[in-house]
Amino acid sequence: MSEKINKIVRIDKLKKSYNNNIVVNGISFDVNRGMCFGLLGPNGAGKTTTLRLILGLSPADSGALSVFDLEMPAHARQVRQRIGVVPQADNLDPDFTVVENLFIYGSYFQITRSVLNKRIGELLEFAGLQDRADTKIGALSGGMQRRLTIARALVNDPELIVLDEPTTGLDPQARHMIWGRLRKLMQQGKTLLLTTHYMEEAERLCDELIVMEQGKIIAQGSPKQLINKYVESEVVEVRSGGEQAMEYIKNMNGYRVEKAGDTHYFYSNNARELVLQFEKIKDIVFLHRPANLEDVFLKLTGRELVD
Amino acid sequence: MDLRLPLVRKSAFTIWRRNALVWRRLLGPSLVINFGEPFLYLLGLGFGLGAFIETMDDMPYLTFLASGIIAASAMNTASFEGMYSVYTRMIPQRTYESMMATPIEVDDILAGEMMWCATKSLISGSAILAVAALLGAVSGWQALWVIPVIFLMGLCFAGPAMVMTSFATGYDFFNYYMTLVVTPMFILSGVFFPVTSLPETAQVFIQLLPLTHAIDLVRPIVSGQQVNNIGLHIAVLLAYAVVGYYLAVILVRRRLII
Ligand SMILES: Nc1ncnc2c1ncn2[C@@H]1O[C@H](COP(=O)(O)OP(=O)(O)OP(=O)(O)O)[C@@H](O)[C@H]1O
Ligand SMILES: [Mg+2]
Repeated sequence: MSEKINKIVRIDKLKKSYNNNIVVNGISFDVNRGMCFGLLGPNGAGKTTTLRLILGLSPADSGALSVFDLEMPAHARQVRQRIGVVPQADNLDPDFTVVENLFIYGSYFQITRSVLNKRIGELLEFAGLQDRADTKIGALSGGMQRRLTIARALVNDPELIVLDEPTTGLDPQARHMIWGRLRKLMQQGKTLLLTTHYMEEAERLCDELIVMEQGKIIAQGSPKQLINKYVESEVVEVRSGGEQAMEYIKNMNGYRVEKAGDTHYFYSNNARELVLQFEKIKDIVFLHRPANLEDVFLKLTGRELVD
Repeated sequence: MDLRLPLVRKSAFTIWRRNALVWRRLLGPSLVINFGEPFLYLLGLGFGLGAFIETMDDMPYLTFLASGIIAASAMNTASFEGMYSVYTRMIPQRTYESMMATPIEVDDILAGEMMWCATKSLISGSAILAVAALLGAVSGWQALWVIPVIFLMGLCFAGPAMVMTSFATGYDFFNYYMTLVVTPMFILSGVFFPVTSLPETAQVFIQLLPLTHAIDLVRPIVSGQQVNNIGLHIAVLLAYAVVGYYLAVILVRRRLII
């Protein structure tokens, strides 16, 4: 596009409720051009609803929202011409084959046949589905459908790509492949807006992210900033023997403990001593590692707080 | 509620084309049905009943019946497509959801669907016209004028069908409309016998039904008689189409844009 605006998405005090239940509660954030912006948060936090508001697929109760400097949802049609969408649940057209799905979807953007012909070859390659071109959707595996859905979102060569849990259901190879492709898109100057439950994905891809809970933003920053701000540098993750470990540190200071499922997390800026001690206790199975985004997530949205 | 008047744009044709592409696959079986059914009706009822009733309303019974069946088939086809198929794409298949992530809007989708319903009516109605002509029930080339009328009828019946779809909770829901609306029209609106043979109080009500007006257009065109009140009949059919489309757009917006 000719005019180079820098803020691709601008959201100010956006609110949305369903039957008196506030789902998006006055959130504000901006997404800059060329960045990958992540939305994290537990199930039901309001991530998908936020994306639907941005796409003009859902009217907000209050607040201001613009995409490409165009006010939404008033300019929904114009704006969606320039966006690619990967929905949380695949909605490929079951009446068509892989290639036909790309053609039909492209026709919704009024893209000419000759442009589509050229682009669809690339997209099949992107999705790794060259030899499945004429397969009906129902005969594809879940992961293949997901890859096709991601490829489909690129059919209009979008400036902004909105991805709602893009790699859910993909095997590790496919996930790495998609991450590589998404990074390439960012190098081409595309802007990515993504939700995910994979902290590794957020950490690898996102330049900036927000953590949502119950419709509110509870933290914002780059993955590194969040890790530095919210958690200690080291973690000892005890998968079994947690009770003994708890017993052991009862009279020690400087450890923060969190429990998720049956795993205990011991946080510290220096876990050396703890590791040495745990190694002596046979029943304790543990992993010593640097803190990551998952720890931030657990701390911010953790439900089960020990100590 | 979003009451904005719908805009009909080029995108509507894109939706029409999508459906046409799916249909092309099933061309064989659907044409067998389109031609086979009227053959049965016209041969069975036309010749069977025709042996007792030679003429009705100053025309051979076969002609009377064939023109009624053309209209009834346009109604059935558009109603069926506007309910069962549109519902399938809207809810279980989530095809509209995928379309709405693109510049396509509800206005375009329903306009395209409506044109597709009318196209299917056109196909089935024309098949019957061809069969009727083969059986000698059509009086001349002027009968080709029913083709645009069939398309209009398709739009007319697609409108109310899509309104039903916009608040349907499942396929069973359509049984009400089929049993309470479509079947009574099929029996009472003059497909098999003239409306004038019914009690007068009933006739007032029957004049409100779109199938009655459709038949008042189709029958004289097929039999080569003078068409009366053309303007009124076309206006009634158009009104059902336009009001139905507008209501369906508002209701589907309310259902999908939440
Ligand atoms: N159409 C709807 N009607 C009523 N409530 C809704 C509707 N859509 C979403 N909600 C509610 O809004 C809340 C947020 O839902 P949303 O789908 O945005 O969560 P999410 O963060 O995407 O969760 P997940 O990680 O599970 O996908 C949930 O409590 C959900 O039940
Ligand atoms: Mg979600």
